[in-house]
Amino acid sequence: MSANTGPKSFQEIVLRLQNYWAGEGCALLQPYDLEVGAGTFHPATMLRALGKREWSAAYVQASRRPTDGRYGENPHRLQHYYQFQVIMKPSPPDLQELYIGSLKAIGIDMDLHDIRFVEDDWESPTLGAWGLGWEVWCDGMEVSQFTYFQQVGGHDCHPVSGELTYGLERLAMHVLGIDHVMAMPFNDPQSRIALSYGDIFRQTEEEYARWNFDVADTGMLFRHFEDAEAECRRILDAQELDPKSGKRIVMVHPAYDQCIKASHLFNLLDARGVISVTERQAYIGRVRSLAKACADAFVTTEAATGA
Amino acid sequence: MPDLLIELLSEEIPARMQAAAGEGLRRLVTDGLAEAGLSHDDAESFVTPRRLILTVSGLPKVSPATREERKGPSVSAPERALDGFLRSTGLSKEDLEVRDGRKGQVWFAVIEREGRPASRIVAEVLDAVIRDFPWPKSMRWGSGSLRWVRPLHSIICLLSDGVENQVVELEVDGIRAGNRTVGHRFMAPEPISVTSSADYLAKMIGAKVVVSATEREEIIMREAARLADERGFEVVEDKSLLAEVAGLVEWPVVLLGEIGEEFLDLPPEVLQTSMRVHQKFFSARDSSGRITHFIAVADRETADNGTTIMAGNQKVLRARLSDAKFFWENDLRVARDGMKAWTDMLGKVTFHNRLGSQAERIDRISELAKEIASALGADPDRAVAAARVAKADLSSEMVYEFAELQGIMGEHYASAAGHSGEVARVAREHYQPLGPSDDVPKGLLSIAVALADKIDTLAGFWAMDEKPTGSKDPFALRRAALGVIRLILENDLRISFVEIATKPGLRAALAVEELGSEAAGRSGEARELQDKARGDLCIGDEDLTLPRGILEFLHDRMKVFLRGKGIRHDVIDACLAMPGADDLTLLVKRSNALSAFLDTEEGENLTQGFKRAHNILKQAEEMDGVEYALDPDPNLAEQDEERALFDALERAEAAIRPAMASEDFESAMSAMADLRGPIDGFFDAVQVNAADQSLRRNRLNLLHRISETCLAVADLNRIEG
Repeated sequence: MSANTGPKSFQEIVLRLQNYWAGEGCALLQPYDLEVGAGTFHPATMLRALGKREWSAAYVQASRRPTDGRYGENPHRLQHYYQFQVIMKPSPPDLQELYIGSLKAIGIDMDLHDIRFVEDDWESPTLGAWGLGWEVWCDGMEVSQFTYFQQVGGHDCHPVSGELTYGLERLAMHVLGIDHVMAMPFNDPQSRIALSYGDIFRQTEEEYARWNFDVADTGMLFRHFEDAEAECRRILDAQELDPKSGKRIVMVHPAYDQCIKASHLFNLLDARGVISVTERQAYIGRVRSLAKACADAFVTTEAATGA
Repeated sequence: MPDLLIELLSEEIPARMQAAAGEGLRRLVTDGLAEAGLSHDDAESFVTPRRLILTVSGLPKVSPATREERKGPSVSAPERALDGFLRSTGLSKEDLEVRDGRKGQVWFAVIEREGRPASRIVAEVLDAVIRDFPWPKSMRWGSGSLRWVRPLHSIICLLSDGVENQVVELEVDGIRAGNRTVGHRFMAPEPISVTSSADYLAKMIGAKVVVSATEREEIIMREAARLADERGFEVVEDKSLLAEVAGLVEWPVVLLGEIGEEFLDLPPEVLQTSMRVHQKFFSARDSSGRITHFIAVADRETADNGTTIMAGNQKVLRARLSDAKFFWENDLRVARDGMKAWTDMLGKVTFHNRLGSQAERIDRISELAKEIASALGADPDRAVAAARVAKADLSSEMVYEFAELQGIMGEHYASAAGHSGEVARVAREHYQPLGPSDDVPKGLLSIAVALADKIDTLAGFWAMDEKPTGSKDPFALRRAALGVIRLILENDLRISFVEIATKPGLRAALAVEELGSEAAGRSGEARELQDKARGDLCIGDEDLTLPRGILEFLHDRMKVFLRGKGIRHDVIDACLAMPGADDLTLLVKRSNALSAFLDTEEGENLTQGFKRAHNILKQAEEMDGVEYALDPDPNLAEQDEERALFDALERAEAAIRPAMASEDFESAMSAMADLRGPIDGFFDAVQVNAADQSLRRNRLNLLHRISETCLAVADLNRIEG
């Protein structure tokens, strides 16, 4: 891999980031197999930021933001896009330098560009989480979020995790000099079959935009929200001792899946415009209380394994 | 005399916190040194995005020795008293002296403390300052427990006197103080060792770090002006942006860029706001006054003189302005359609869950504006038309994106909807004044709607008991009250709040009544609220409308406002006690006249004479258990001085009555001042408490008349001194 020659495609930028962070010792995980609004929802971040165990991972995560759908027409906005997520716990002292190294790896020449760390405190009301950090600017373009987690699921983080989130499309467009996301080369433009981002996602953006905004069955979504919420509670309320195996099994991850689902169902309902301003807060509060319950349960599993 | 250098190097400190942090470091360290008995000459702090720096000059090497003598218990006192004294002094019995006191022998302690090395003191002070630094928001990182605004990386703590340089021994959460730092993150990342403050400051410039925020601001301003000037442009001044940008760079490099032709049709406020908020660019005007260019500030020099950086910035700006243009064009379509879609939408937007929707609020404001407009002699129907569209832009896409453009967009959109300039202007002006230094609108329509907007806010939140307390004022009610005061005073308006409150149209408009009508069919909470509101009401017994507290609140803010203009609070109190105090313009007129009057010798003496008369009268009334309020009989006057006072009162009253009726307070007060001589003469010559009871009664009644005459002008009882 040569960082000196610029990348030619979206996928090359993803590959370079993966290689770089693998080189820095991160476990390269795969995307979580549920719809999430941000890479932070992946249990590898949300749950692993809790407790005392050391952790280091990097992964691509598709993010779904139903309200951001623009039928594939807006040059920058998508209802489905990719984030690249890095989490290190405890946050290493040279995390800023490591991050800058990753920008070099994707071909950003530090001698020609202007990199800035601009205050941006991160908060996720649905996850009961917050942290301090910055949005990172490259020549005035926000290319990443950089956060030191202080609290997750209502628990103080100790040790503190450092989290990096790259908005992949936006970053890649900046590096490749592309004006419209759909025009961005997905694979090498010299390939036998060159594919643009639009070749792959224009159709899906259009279809999902219509479904998200106008067609999704709101009655069903409301029901599923209630179901996911109830199931999450039921799972966490189950007795810890599994009668079949005789082991203590707290089912944190299955419960957390339901929390993720509830969160996405809420996002869909929001896009359908059927949640009023006052109800909004109440729904966010309901998801947050699930996230907190999952965080509480996760912390007990660590205590039990004595790590 | 050594100098002290402190540098705390961290990851990027939020720009908005930097100035206070620099000042905080200087204050906390110098206070700590002073408390430990260490004097110093100058102390100066600097701050950059990555560092807090402090230089202190002229510290002694050792703090001075101190000697303190303390008197203890008597030698004959019980053992326990002596034990307590020993504990508090930290001495043992052998260290004490016995001295002769007035009541026998007493124990004496002489506590001598040796001076301590400056380095020890500095280490203790800095350790405490770092652990307890007043960041508005702080964090932990890694596995540590120290809190700082962002991870703290290194500490320089160095005492140097030109001969000897001493690194102060100090370790905070694993970070050992030293004499090393680094320069600019990208342009000079190599380690740097320093020997003194002077050496540090010189090396920082070499390492591409301008440590002084003021100097960075100056560089930015000077370079921006130079670049703009070369092209015949002018940079739009923006002080808060300048401070912020200077807090984002250690080595400012100013670049000039061009806004694309296709965006120049956007309103200048939109261009400016979009560039400032999203990109932190300054706007630049061309020779015709149009905003066509921008100034960006980078944090480094590059081999291509910023070409790559500018290309990136310009591209980001294009994307931003494409969004803004999209909003503007969509909004204009709705505006040209009469803005109906927006006003409908406001029915669904909650203003406050207990005060209803924005649409309901606009209904109330329209009603109120109509009444105020007619009271001011403006066209009530136009006031209603203006109030109805004044907040329509709250539903627009542009204001959703940039809340700070509310009102400004409203004016553009109301014009596009075909409203006259005067009506459109109300959309912008009815929010004014936004602060103590903001302008007050002068047009009658804008004044009427601005007053209605603020009074509605005050009445609504007052009725819900959401009053400001201490430093908490989440609904900016103090600002609303000051706005009402300035709108009235600076436009010389004559409005009686009691009258406003008792007009039938206004009663319905006030939020209090709104809550009341809702309470009929609603929850217990609403009803309780209504009762609470009614409990607060007092003005006009039959027309319960204006909560008493609001007028008192306005008066309080008025006092603050007038005190700022040099009028004493007791003068204001004296005028507030007079009738018509709900007419703020009248109140100020009266206060100004009284204030000027009290500054004269006559005024001061008359007040003394008045108080003397008043006190004698009150004492007599208390003693006798009766009120002396009958007309005194001039025929009972025995002495010349007494007769002269009768005549003077006659003359004064004849002059005061018409002067007060025509609000000519100066003449009324000058007539009152003429009483000074006769009153003084009366007290010098006449014995009020005469042996003859009928004479005494008459004289007390005469004192009452003095009091009445003066009280008709101002409540002099409230004047202090």
